[in-house]
Amino acid sequence: MTSQTNSSNVIIQAQDLSIFYSSFRAVKNVNLGIQRNKITAIIGPSGCGKSTVLRAFNRMNDFIQGAHISGKILFHGQDIYAPEVDPVQVRQMIGMVFQKPNPFPKSIYENIAWGARINGYKGNMDDLVENTLQAAALWDEVKDNLKKSALALSGGQQQRLCIARALAVKPEIILMDEPCSALDPIATLKIEDLMRELSEKYSIIIVTHNMQQAARASDYTAFFTMDDDRAGLMVEYGETSQIFTRPQDKRTEDYITGRFG
Amino acid sequence: MNHDPFANTAHNRDASGLARRHRTGKTWQAIFFSSTVIGLLALLALLATVLDKSFSYVAIEYKVEPASLAAKPLDELTDAELVNLLEANLSKNRLRTLDRAKTLTQRTHSDLLNLVYENILEPRALASYSISQWITNSQQIRAEVAKKYPHARLEFRAWINGNFLIDPLSGDPLLAGVRTALLGSLYLIAITIAVAFPIGVGSAIYLEEYADKKKWYNRIIQTNIDNLAGVPSIVYGILGLAIFVRTLAPITSGAFLGNADSNGRTILSAGMTMALLILPVLIINSQEAIRAVPNSLRQASYGLGATKWQTIWNHVLPSALPGILTGTILAISRAIGETAPLIIVGAATFITSDPSGPFSKFTALPIQIYNWTTRPQEVYRNIAAAAILVLLISLLSLNAAAILLRNRFSRRHA
Repeated sequence: MTSQTNSSNVIIQAQDLSIFYSSFRAVKNVNLGIQRNKITAIIGPSGCGKSTVLRAFNRMNDFIQGAHISGKILFHGQDIYAPEVDPVQVRQMIGMVFQKPNPFPKSIYENIAWGARINGYKGNMDDLVENTLQAAALWDEVKDNLKKSALALSGGQQQRLCIARALAVKPEIILMDEPCSALDPIATLKIEDLMRELSEKYSIIIVTHNMQQAARASDYTAFFTMDDDRAGLMVEYGETSQIFTRPQDKRTEDYITGRFG
Repeated sequence: MNHDPFANTAHNRDASGLARRHRTGKTWQAIFFSSTVIGLLALLALLATVLDKSFSYVAIEYKVEPASLAAKPLDELTDAELVNLLEANLSKNRLRTLDRAKTLTQRTHSDLLNLVYENILEPRALASYSISQWITNSQQIRAEVAKKYPHARLEFRAWINGNFLIDPLSGDPLLAGVRTALLGSLYLIAITIAVAFPIGVGSAIYLEEYADKKKWYNRIIQTNIDNLAGVPSIVYGILGLAIFVRTLAPITSGAFLGNADSNGRTILSAGMTMALLILPVLIINSQEAIRAVPNSLRQASYGLGATKWQTIWNHVLPSALPGILTGTILAISRAIGETAPLIIVGAATFITSDPSGPFSKFTALPIQIYNWTTRPQEVYRNIAAAAILVLLISLLSLNAAAILLRNRFSRRHA
């Protein structure tokens, strides 16, 4: 479990994190410090618990019956699983973009405005919609059709709308769960460019199946695999260039060279 | 043929039995098509019978011949002439009673015409022949009527007409209308919806969104609701009688509001009984609709920091609403035609005053239809048929309204 990261710049930190589905331990003993304003990719074979870990970061696993954790996730030093913490507030500060684009069946404008409104945004809504759509590189394509249904957009546009929607509630971290797996290569590149721009203001954690994507788009990479009793564990974590050029663990090397997984 | 790829035996149509497989498919298609046709024929037969009975030739005997009263047809007379007719033919007492109910000169033309019919002409329907009977052997019918009822006249009559809708119930089938029953049915449905919709949708939301399906008590509730949907309606009638009519009589009779002249046999009791009856169906349909809302939508909402209630109210319910409304339409269609529970909770079979509120006595269309079909005289079958048409039309228009509402919603949220 190598960790050549700057500990003073960690925004969210998993400590001895194990995640259980009822009695089944899906992920065990993860220690992972995510760097502020960087893109961290989580890679690994199917079923190794990448998405489970990602969803633990904003307590989306709470909705799965029987899911619980041991260990801590510290966000600005505060354990987000502490009893006094409201998971709703956690999710507002740690936004999420899902695998399949899932815009609300409302207008483009409403998709952005709704999240801001329920979280008590009092400013000028038109400005917010324009700014977030611009930040998500979607403004030029939709500015004349803000009243149109979001479902009429293409898959790539929908995914950028979902990113814009997440930005509108002003999170600090954005979790992305394989955001490009349902998109074509051109739309994928657009999202990757967008992630790079967003990393100036936000910290991004992305789960991906696509190793080229991790190598291209991320600053840090965590490699997960599973042990013999199917529990996921983190093998190696470090700067992306190091993971892909000088992996320290045999399992990482096997995976990124295509000998496994 | 040497280059025909289908020529070799492995791909030969006959060898692989392809023709037979296609034949089997065609046979099944024909079977499914004929089941649809059978259903359609049954429906057409029903409609044809009802329509056939709604129009008929009636042998009517008048106490006073209409022609002897005036030179021209009665409905062409002016109001003043009709009043004169009444004054000339009725006793002083009868006139005074009518005048006291409502001044004769201020009554409408159709009202006066009705008075003339009821008080002077006093028509009696002796026999009735449906359109199909008339078309097949009108000669025989003419002969029969002339022989059996020498003083009667054969008249064509459309039983479903404007007056049939407007007139209150009457002991005389020639004058009876369905206004009382129609209003009763509408009141009943309004109360049923008002009670069942919020409770049904609320339960469905609880069971789908909040209840932990692994807990034994939630599973018991679910199983019970599924089974209650199949309980015969008469059982609900008995339940309504015990709870709403008897136990809750002080409330359902309106006694707690100072309404003294009533018992528990009110529209309110009947509406609440109907609500109980359709609740299981409504809950199950609403649950299906809520379950059909994709989980990705809920996750998107939660991911933005929405609470559970914000997610349900802003995303789950709007997406589920078209389905919920479809379920409600089905439930209402069932309620509007139900008869058995109404008989048990005490719908009046004969009542001529309109329902005036939730605490009034009432009758309903299916009750009226049931009542009329049990009478031996042929004419009652005619007004029953006409009432069935009224019931079908009001059912269709209620459903059409609900469907319009649903379509508006699906458009807004698609």
